Amino acid sequence: MDSATVPFDSALIPEGVKRCQLKWFLFWMALLHGPLMIGVLSYLMCWGLALNVTYLNNNFPFGLWIAADLGVIALGGGAFFTGFLRYVLDIDDLKHIVNFAVVIGFICYLAAQGILGVDIGQPLRGWFIFWHANVHSMLTEVAFCITCYFSVLCVEYLPLLLENRQINKLGFFHGMAHHLHGAMPTIAAIGVFLSCFHQGSLGGVPGVLYGRPFAYREGLLIWPWTFFLFILSAMACGPCFTILITRITEGFARKQLVKRNVIDILAKISGRMLLVYLVLKTLDTLYWISTAAKVGAPFKSFYSTAPYGIWVLIAEIGIFGYIPLVILLKKEWRQNDFFLLLACLLNCTGIFMNRWIMTVQTLVLPVMPFDKAVGYHPNWVEWASTLMWLWLGAIFISLSYRYLPIFSQERELNPT
Amino acid sequence: MFPFAFEWVVEPTRYVFMGALYAVLLGLVILIHYAGIRAFLDLICKKGKEEEHH
Amino acid sequence: MKEAHHDEGHGHEEGHGHGTKYKFGMVIDLDKCTGCGACMVACMAENNIPFRKEDTNNRLTQNFWMRVYKISNGLPFPDTEISYIPRPCQHCEGHGHHAATPCVSVCPATATDYSEETGIVSQIYTRCFGCRYCMAACPYHVRVFNWWDARWPKGMEKYLNPDVSPRMRGVVEKCSFCFHRFQRARNKAYAEGRRELREDEYQTACTQACPAGAITFGDLQNPEHKVHKLKDSPYAFRLLEKLGTNPKVYYLSQRDWVRKAADVYMGEEGKDVFPG
Repeated sequence: MDSATVPFDSALIPEGVKRCQLKWFLFWMALLHGPLMIGVLSYLMCWGLALNVTYLNNNFPFGLWIAADLGVIALGGGAFFTGFLRYVLDIDDLKHIVNFAVVIGFICYLAAQGILGVDIGQPLRGWFIFWHANVHSMLTEVAFCITCYFSVLCVEYLPLLLENRQINKLGFFHGMAHHLHGAMPTIAAIGVFLSCFHQGSLGGVPGVLYGRPFAYREGLLIWPWTFFLFILSAMACGPCFTILITRITEGFARKQLVKRNVIDILAKISGRMLLVYLVLKTLDTLYWISTAAKVGAPFKSFYSTAPYGIWVLIAEIGIFGYIPLVILLKKEWRQNDFFLLLACLLNCTGIFMNRWIMTVQTLVLPVMPFDKAVGYHPNWVEWASTLMWLWLGAIFISLSYRYLPIFSQERELNPT
Repeated sequence: MFPFAFEWVVEPTRYVFMGALYAVLLGLVILIHYAGIRAFLDLICKKGKEEEHH
Repeated sequence: MKEAHHDEGHGHEEGHGHGTKYKFGMVIDLDKCTGCGACMVACMAENNIPFRKEDTNNRLTQNFWMRVYKISNGLPFPDTEISYIPRPCQHCEGHGHHAATPCVSVCPATATDYSEETGIVSQIYTRCFGCRYCMAACPYHVRVFNWWDARWPKGMEKYLNPDVSPRMRGVVEKCSFCFHRFQRARNKAYAEGRRELREDEYQTACTQACPAGAITFGDLQNPEHKVHKLKDSPYAFRLLEKLGTNPKVYYLSQRDWVRKAADVYMGEEGKDVFPG
């Protein structure tokens, strides 16, 4: 390879793989910084001018931010679930994608915490949730587990960082990366434990609201049924999100990074988890209809406020649930690139939609009969501050892909 | 049981919750230290072996 | 003076769960309420509630702790009837399956608490970090958020009530049954060597301001207090009874359609009730 084609920062790039010229990479980074700056501006507006700059109000204490928080954590569930499948159930082939799942999980959980930093009215008091913890609140459980799990993700990401070509030359870091890899099963098991609890508690957040019949669910002991449904839905959509981002990265990198059999394993497992989730979700929905009626909330009243008609239920469970399920379970369709991506997109959208429904739609519907239904849509400040994490995620993935050996099959699939 | 915000509360839920938290934090700290100490020992042993060879 | 004691309510689930020393509550006679809003104004003045001109007709951003709703029976003239429903914080107790106040159980920072002494649900402004989970939990919309820092018209800061701390932006607030008045009355009683409060010694601002005398406030457990007897009236009802929140605010109305307004949804069952 002559000096004209070797990137300027090739000393940092993993051995045996090709990357684009540094100038194009920097151009790509600059491109992402544009919309990122708008996000930063929105953050500064919220912190400086207070939350009146958003379209949140007393009827909608929760809006896009909280729905996005719940959604991004569900999508980041691929990290813990892939880790569980690889390190605890010992599905060996998944070792080729688990690193990338960790990268995706890292940015998802960073985004969740970052969005909370702008969402709470007094960010400087955020530590009160730890210091004055109310152990009976679902949100306390969420905060503790997400923070701990983010630490786990940092520990899982650390060996990838230490395996950078130059850093790895230092004996101590090489050894540290090696031994962290050895401890990965234990770390992954801790991650699964924490993830189940925070995914579940996020389900518990709307599920325990007995003052809101739309959201409230009965359950097992202190855990409403949504606790278990949220865990299952995260297991169902997490791998799909990992597949989606992997394929997008392959598109940008213009090369295959993971063998198709690895993707197929994730897709198959995702399909099976989706099946379990949808069956239980359907049963829960039917049961909920009967329990809500007992407190004077006829089912029709839940879906008689525009735009939240009955189409919402059909879309969430039918179009974005059963359709991707069929695709993921049927081998021929699952192994077709187009249908696989479609299934992943529909699946992830459905889960995100579920999070929106459980938070925002809950607040749309009045509980007191003389109260009016009120509509909500986010304004540009909320959109910019939420999407900022998309751009940051792209930056983070780009940097990780360029300088770290994330994809172990890349060299094999792209011989130079 | 170390009370956060100095509120002594005798409650099983609190013990389970805080207990699980401490267990997780302890586990993570131990694992990182384990990896670091072993890496350090590897480094020393490797240097020791190099000196022996010379 | 008789000591306050627990009392099993007739037709209402009372006296379960928490055994509080007092159980302060309200009975609001909707047949007397004229919708004048004096209770709202008195509450705002008493509790240093900030206001903005732009919020005048915007119920989504108004900071009212006491809010008056207007409902009608939806019938055409000459059968149209209107009623007003003043709605303070209901200071829910919860009972049975839901043994806790909906907002207290969800607060992650213990910034709101159900008092074992008075039955009042408090709000600790200096501890609240504004996650707004309690606002999502409350079905009565009693909780408001400080979307802005408070700005008082020039000179008005001298009129603020020194017994009530003003709140900064980013925290949730709500009706406290004028708890500062309870503290003042209790201090006065202690200074006089008493431990029990008389009914007239602790009254909320809205109760005293109401020109029609529609609001009665007192200890629901104390047979000497007016509210004790009023709550047992056959015309007494509470909002959203079926949810199990066990609120301490009772309403009275001899009009059937008003009583029906309390506990059903808009939709088929609630078709006779329309928001004004």
